[in-house]
Amino acid sequence: MTRERALLIILTVAACTLITRLIPFVLFGGKRKVPKAVEYLGAILPAAIMATLVVYCLKGADLFSASHGIPEFASVAVTAALHAWKRNVLLSIAAGTLCYMFLVQAVF
Amino acid sequence: MRQTVRFAFYKTIPVLLGYLFLGLAFGLLLQEAGYSFWWALLSSGIVYAGSIQFVLVEFLSGGTGLLTVAVMTLLINSRHAFYGLSFVEKFRKMKTYPYMIFSLTDETYSLLCSLKVPEGIDEKKAMFLIALFDQLYWVAGSVLGAALGQVLPFDMTGIDFAMTALFVTIFVDQWREAKSHLPAIVGLCSAAVCLLIFGGSNFILPSLIITVGILMALRGRLETNLSGKAEAS
Repeated sequence: MTRERALLIILTVAACTLITRLIPFVLFGGKRKVPKAVEYLGAILPAAIMATLVVYCLKGADLFSASHGIPEFASVAVTAALHAWKRNVLLSIAAGTLCYMFLVQAVF
Repeated sequence: MRQTVRFAFYKTIPVLLGYLFLGLAFGLLLQEAGYSFWWALLSSGIVYAGSIQFVLVEFLSGGTGLLTVAVMTLLINSRHAFYGLSFVEKFRKMKTYPYMIFSLTDETYSLLCSLKVPEGIDEKKAMFLIALFDQLYWVAGSVLGAALGQVLPFDMTGIDFAMTALFVTIFVDQWREAKSHLPAIVGLCSAAVCLLIFGGSNFILPSLIITVGILMALRGRLETNLSGKAEAS
């Protein structure tokens, strides 16, 4: 990929990210009231979006290859279980990531 | 002022650890994809959004079209639009208004939401410093990762799982705090089904549209479950 194209991609991502952050301030920055439907979506969408992102991250796990996606699913289980137990973001991420790195490097 | 700086720094320590670690992972991936630390500095300086920057590495190593890049960024970050809703009034009173909007990441949002300022500390300054410190950690981590990538003596294969793990922890937190698990379950099922139908590179858009559709259809039922506004952190 050319560096010009890479720069263009980064600028696009930066602009679109800023747009998502600007939207509520542009739409509701005045005295206008936030519509009920938007408030409702604001309350429930984050959980659904996070579920979608987890699936997005696991899309590369090949259930039919030699590893059967075991490193991915085992490490997600470790992360989720540890987080449900200790509620320490850093600890859960570090343990899950180390578990995954160990499984893909040393076991499968 | 010194008191305010100390207060803000103290509040951001968990983010310091998380951002250094995740930033390092991002920088390493970017370096593996063939980009030096200047690119890490640029991305973390002007994009500054954890999840999309990991996806950005994929954009930068593959032949993703600009339109797809734009649509995916808008969709993945659409949750940020909901974060701002809580701060429309508060940010407007600040001189640093534009930077506060730009820097509202998941982690800064959750810190600012739960912020209780003690006597003698300037709340607006504290909010600005928290946002600024968080970005500095993120920039420092990603630049270090990209710069040290070549000299790290151990095998970093699999470090990208940090992003998956981050989403899993946020998902678990939201699950525990949610008054109804239906939104999470709808999102999960819709994503899994769409992944099978559309494949890995095309499923997010149809999945989110179907999710929003189903959740709007369930609105009457869900709104009675959600007494008041649920926290979206």
